[in-house]
Amino acid sequence: MKFQAIDQFAANLKPSTQAAVYDGSKKGYDARTKTLFDHFEDPNRLRVVAGEIKQHVVENLDTYLPQVEAKLQANGVIVHWAATAEAANQAVLDIMRARNAKKMVKSKTMVSEETELGHFLEKNGVECVETDLGEFIIQIDGDHPSHLVKPIIHKNRRDIAVSFEKHGLGAYNDDPQTITQRARVHLRKKYLEADVALTGANFISAESGRLVLVTNEGNSRFCLAAAKTHIAMVGIEKILPRDRDLALLLNLLARSATGQQLTVYTEFITGPKSAAQPDGPEEMHVIFVDNGRTDVLASECREILRCIRCGACLNVCPVYRQASGHAYRSVYPGPVGAVLTPLLAGKNFPAFADLPKASSLCGACNEVCPVNIPIPDLLLRLRDKGKQAHVPSPGMPPMGPWALLASQPTVWKAALVGGKIINHLPTKLLPIPALRAWENKRSLPEWKGGDFRKWMKGRARPLGAPNVSRGGPSGPALPGNIL
Amino acid sequence: MSADREAILSRVRGALAPLHQRASLPDWDNELIHMRTLRGDVDAWTLFQARMKLVNGLPLEGAPALVAWLVQNNWTHGYCDPLLWPRLQSAFPAGFTVETTFDRTRVDDYQFGITRAAGAVAETGTLIFTDAATSSRLAALTPWAHIAVLDRAQIHLDLQHAVTQLADDPNIIFCTGPSKTADVEGILIEGVHGPGQQVALLLE
Repeated sequence: MKFQAIDQFAANLKPSTQAAVYDGSKKGYDARTKTLFDHFEDPNRLRVVAGEIKQHVVENLDTYLPQVEAKLQANGVIVHWAATAEAANQAVLDIMRARNAKKMVKSKTMVSEETELGHFLEKNGVECVETDLGEFIIQIDGDHPSHLVKPIIHKNRRDIAVSFEKHGLGAYNDDPQTITQRARVHLRKKYLEADVALTGANFISAESGRLVLVTNEGNSRFCLAAAKTHIAMVGIEKILPRDRDLALLLNLLARSATGQQLTVYTEFITGPKSAAQPDGPEEMHVIFVDNGRTDVLASECREILRCIRCGACLNVCPVYRQASGHAYRSVYPGPVGAVLTPLLAGKNFPAFADLPKASSLCGACNEVCPVNIPIPDLLLRLRDKGKQAHVPSPGMPPMGPWALLASQPTVWKAALVGGKIINHLPTKLLPIPALRAWENKRSLPEWKGGDFRKWMKGRARPLGAPNVSRGGPSGPALPGNIL
Repeated sequence: MSADREAILSRVRGALAPLHQRASLPDWDNELIHMRTLRGDVDAWTLFQARMKLVNGLPLEGAPALVAWLVQNNWTHGYCDPLLWPRLQSAFPAGFTVETTFDRTRVDDYQFGITRAAGAVAETGTLIFTDAATSSRLAALTPWAHIAVLDRAQIHLDLQHAVTQLADDPNIIFCTGPSKTADVEGILIEGVHGPGQQVALLLE
């Protein structure tokens, strides 16, 4: 019996990695809940409204894209467009070559992870240094980020100390303060030598053309204080209609991502530096990147384009917590990745059609999403898409016997009566591969039988009576095999 | 490149054409993001100080308090905005080296940098910097201690107000506490790329 790919990955995960991912994501989730509910009367309303704003943008991109382009140009920004990852990378390289630029510092951007910009530039003789501490460690390790806002959630301090020693950043020392201090010293040289700074954008306002960047470390601030050219790679869905909408989304973003009220550095950029300012970019470029987003827009899953990359759905997801980000085999892990990855894959959809199946559809991702994306619905739509396209499902247990049982009332009734037998069977030894795979990590609960209709009748209450919780002092207990 | 522009826009139009109805833009009331813990009965500077301390920032009042703090930390070499220096100079005793031009070839020589804030947000303990008010972006970032000089009248009560009053400036930074990371095992470390100490100095 073959496992599903994500199950297999989780089964092979080192216990220390699994513990790190579990602890890190749980901490993020707890902090999020506390700040949102401590601070706001109705935090749920914030995310519903934010979702409506982003859905409006997604469904009106044909108006907003030309509008934001005109604003940016009026602000003195040079606007480029890239339909594919290759075009986006080439646009960056062309800008650099035209200025004879050889060195780049890069602030964390998910879209450049999508296009694998770093590898592309290195191949073309450009030094490209990641400046976010986590991303820098990923880069020297030749690894991949495994979380949207905590890229090295899967590593511990000893792993990092070994990498630093290997790359000439001092003798082995696993004290986080020392690790950070060494990165500080190493990276400030890189900022000051760089010709070009590359960033992404968290939001871009159609009203003013303000491009918003958030970091805690201050790396994008340093990038934009040291380099003479600024390039921002921006997904076409990053627009917000008005400046005041930024206040709503910023209130949600940091709280959802890390439980902070506001990220330490929240930057509003409209163009090159002013004339009197000695430091910072003399020119600014924005590259609008499609790379599959218009396919998502044309699909039945366009709601996923609301995503603001906060990582809250990862932190809460029981599957992500067990499997870690790398199990999702792409730039976007967790519930958002299970939707976005197969969609962005285009023709390569079948290779990722298993991802939407790796979910119990518990709905927690939807409940925490700051833009209220109905992720479970989208997962179902993608499962259907896989079914319609006849994509095989390796590792899925055969559902034939279950279908037979559930569609024949007499067989079903007989099974209910005979179900108790299962308590006396050594189920772990049964030669049924699907059952063995399942029982490998779990044990079957005791079969208690029961009669749902009888239970339901006993539970009847007069209209208007208080809704007593199931199994409460005055309510009938639920038979053991339900829930 | 312009071919890509046309391709993207035409694909966007094609994708949206089948929609019978497009989602409308919701209006929302400022009350929605009003922080309920915010006290309305204290002045903005008092509130700002309390909130800034929560994010490990340090609010100070008056030049003597700043000098005492610098002496206590044994930080004697720094940078000061040339426009501010005349207001502060008299409080600095002999033994301090304060430069009014920032030399980017020796960023590590400066233990502190003093520049002007363009504003502040009380509810979040945030300082606002702009290109117009900041004499050097690097001086406000690279020294271990950054001191932002603030006037009482510049403090916004909440984020909503600050965001709708953004200046016409190419580079506005909302800075909430010292530069920090939790990338290594979720442990909070301050002073990653920017200051490890962020000070708001109120000058009357």
